[in-house]
Amino acid sequence: MNSPPVPIPVLRMGTEYESLEQVEVQDHADGTTLALLDQVNAGIVRRDLRGATNPLRELPIDRLLQICAEAGERFMEDELPVADGRATQAAQEYIEALSASSGLPHRLCRTNMEKIRTVLTSMEEVLRGLTRGMDLAVLDGGIGAQGGVGLCYAPTTERLGVVLPNNSPGVNSIWLPAVALKTAVVLKPGSGEPWTPLRILRALIAAGAPAGAFGYYPTDHEGAAAVLDGCGRALLFGDERTTAAWAGDPRISLHGPGRSKVVIGPDEIERWEEHLDLLVESVAANGGRSCVNTSTILVTEKGDDVAEALARRLAEIEPASPTDPEALLCAFPEHRIAEAIDASISRGTEQGARDCSLEARGTPRLTRLDGGAYLRPTVVRCDDLDHPLARTEFLFPFTSVVEVDAEALAEAVGSSLAVTALSRDRRLTDELVARGDIARLHLGPLPTTRVDWGQPHEGNLFELLYTRRALSRAQDW
Amino acid sequence: MIPAEAVEQLDEQFREIVRWHFSEETGTPFWIAWAREAGWDPVEEVRGFGDLGRFERFDGEWLKTVPHEEWVPKAFQGRPFTIFETGGTTGSPKQRIGWDDYKTDYEEFSDTLDDAAFPRGGYWLMIGPTGPRRLRLAIEHLANFRGSACYFVDLDPRWVKKLIAAGETEQARAYMEHVVDQAATILEQRSVDVLFTTPRLLEALGERVSIPEAGIKGVFCGGTTMSPQVLRFLVEEVLEGKVGLVPTYGNTLMGLAAHKPGFAEEGYSITYHAPQPRAVLRVVDPEDGEVVDYDEWGRVELTTLTRELFVPRFLERDEALRRRPCEAFPWDGVGEVRPFRGEAEGIVEGVY
Repeated sequence: MNSPPVPIPVLRMGTEYESLEQVEVQDHADGTTLALLDQVNAGIVRRDLRGATNPLRELPIDRLLQICAEAGERFMEDELPVADGRATQAAQEYIEALSASSGLPHRLCRTNMEKIRTVLTSMEEVLRGLTRGMDLAVLDGGIGAQGGVGLCYAPTTERLGVVLPNNSPGVNSIWLPAVALKTAVVLKPGSGEPWTPLRILRALIAAGAPAGAFGYYPTDHEGAAAVLDGCGRALLFGDERTTAAWAGDPRISLHGPGRSKVVIGPDEIERWEEHLDLLVESVAANGGRSCVNTSTILVTEKGDDVAEALARRLAEIEPASPTDPEALLCAFPEHRIAEAIDASISRGTEQGARDCSLEARGTPRLTRLDGGAYLRPTVVRCDDLDHPLARTEFLFPFTSVVEVDAEALAEAVGSSLAVTALSRDRRLTDELVARGDIARLHLGPLPTTRVDWGQPHEGNLFELLYTRRALSRAQDW
Repeated sequence: MIPAEAVEQLDEQFREIVRWHFSEETGTPFWIAWAREAGWDPVEEVRGFGDLGRFERFDGEWLKTVPHEEWVPKAFQGRPFTIFETGGTTGSPKQRIGWDDYKTDYEEFSDTLDDAAFPRGGYWLMIGPTGPRRLRLAIEHLANFRGSACYFVDLDPRWVKKLIAAGETEQARAYMEHVVDQAATILEQRSVDVLFTTPRLLEALGERVSIPEAGIKGVFCGGTTMSPQVLRFLVEEVLEGKVGLVPTYGNTLMGLAAHKPGFAEEGYSITYHAPQPRAVLRVVDPEDGEVVDYDEWGRVELTTLTRELFVPRFLERDEALRRRPCEAFPWDGVGEVRPFRGEAEGIVEGVY
């Protein structure tokens, strides 16, 4: 790509601003500068958020649903502005830029686009899921009824702050319902994936949403903290070190590693081969970039058989050109990260884990193609859950397989974003249902990556943004 | 003055100051002993600034442990001195002793100020580190020299450093609010024309009050890094484009460097020029110590050349772009100063 770098501005609650400072967004393969991403100082964020208003509050829910639906189509199809009067981006250009900076093959870029479109165009269904079928008119008047019970909801904030990661554009689907829930959004994009959040905001504005409801602040660490501090509620994506600093702040919903798992109970383990497709999809969908990708498989026995067979299946997935319609693996935007992960897994094998993929494939884990750094899918067999690789999540198709006693299975699952339980054993499923630290539980052969938009998605955004208030009205009042 | 005259003036100053600190009649015990050990006689051998490289780098540790008496030139013996401490953002503080240097520095700096933004008479407010620092006395002297008086609100940067290092962000925030509260109270109750503070405190004060509406006409701002974007933000938004802003760069060992006028036209990129010939700032390659090319990054190196203090080739904590001489300052400048990358992680700047 030899075109000049795309200028990416700041949106100061709808008003475009060109900073004096930029960071380069680079092509993962050849280091070409794809974009110059404006950077604002934290002071600007603090100042803007102090005086910000929320024009979305004035719009009726029906209009907001229309806007979201139209924005979904525009996001998918339109040539949208990046910087007013200076740069636009057609859908294909967006895919190329996203792929070049993030390492996602075009195919996965499109899948993620579809996901975002689906959330926007199906917003009514999404909100019904989040509100458990509440009449959405309650969002307009605050008062309604459901199942004969009176309801009154008040907003907890006028602004949702979102500190976004770089791993996958699909994460943007998590904050999207805020727009329909009449909450202004303040986004701090990741420096390696500035494209998607801006394209969504541009699509919403093009569809008629008031620009003043949207902040887009590429900024540093201090600026990210200013976003979190300056918004009444916030979503924070990041690794454990990033999120730890905000643990305990009830305003902030933390989205760290998913540590998603598949559990095969003693009653199903004899039929493990029937679940191989599910395991492949759970580990490798979206190139293993999602926090709903499985990173640990717990079985009661036959751990070696499961690990070896899964390794053989995953060995069929090889790096391919980003434009290959079958490509599934993502390149690492930073080669040193791929090297560090590779070294970390090698260290793990020196501490007793078996790299079943290496045995099945015979080729090294770390490889390069067209200048991009890739890690081939990896299944490690760990003897116990205390092994450093047993509960580790990496940004590529990687899982451990660990044998655990049947009675200890539920306890071994621990805190997880998504868990697929392959068992009809009531005791086990009851124990899993009773756990408060599993965000999504799939009972039966559904991959951990399965998303049902009628269900809460990584926490319930409606419950974050609204609080139910007790309301009594005297008779005839 | 043209650059060639500045070079001549610096050669002359270098010869004079070396003679002063190394001769038996006027010299400083520390430097006389140093020369004896080094095995050469700077008084006889130094011809000009080009001989600077013959001196080893000044080691900041000397200012932590060498007895103060060792730094007293013979000519000053018997005259009580003031002990000034550095900020302590790079470890335990250093102490330097002094007599009149700070007055000389700030009186000369006064000539660079615009009377409209920094009116003579009236009142100033300094919000920043007071305590054992030269800055506090220097600012009061500058105000007094211009016929003004100065209020002070103290900020203890060492406490802020501890809070930030311990992850006590709430405490750090509360402390900053406490400082800003006191400043806002003075602005409410008194008529103040001029502020001296750090970028972070200026921003925080601007969140509390409209600085131009509070009657402030001019602001000195220094102490921490100011990127072009931050400077523009301060000028356009915090000061609402209505208040004169003078960025400053200085420390206890150097004095005060003035900025090259007209930074807004240069994309808010600030260039500072040392008070040459009393102090010299060079931008050097951190590996070989050679001066880098113009507009290249390098480590900031300070040489102080006064009768009170001789500091050769001290490596500052900062890095900067080497900038060309300008009309107002016909010698090299240092641009876009920021903490040196190699040490940036260890430096806690915080609100200070």
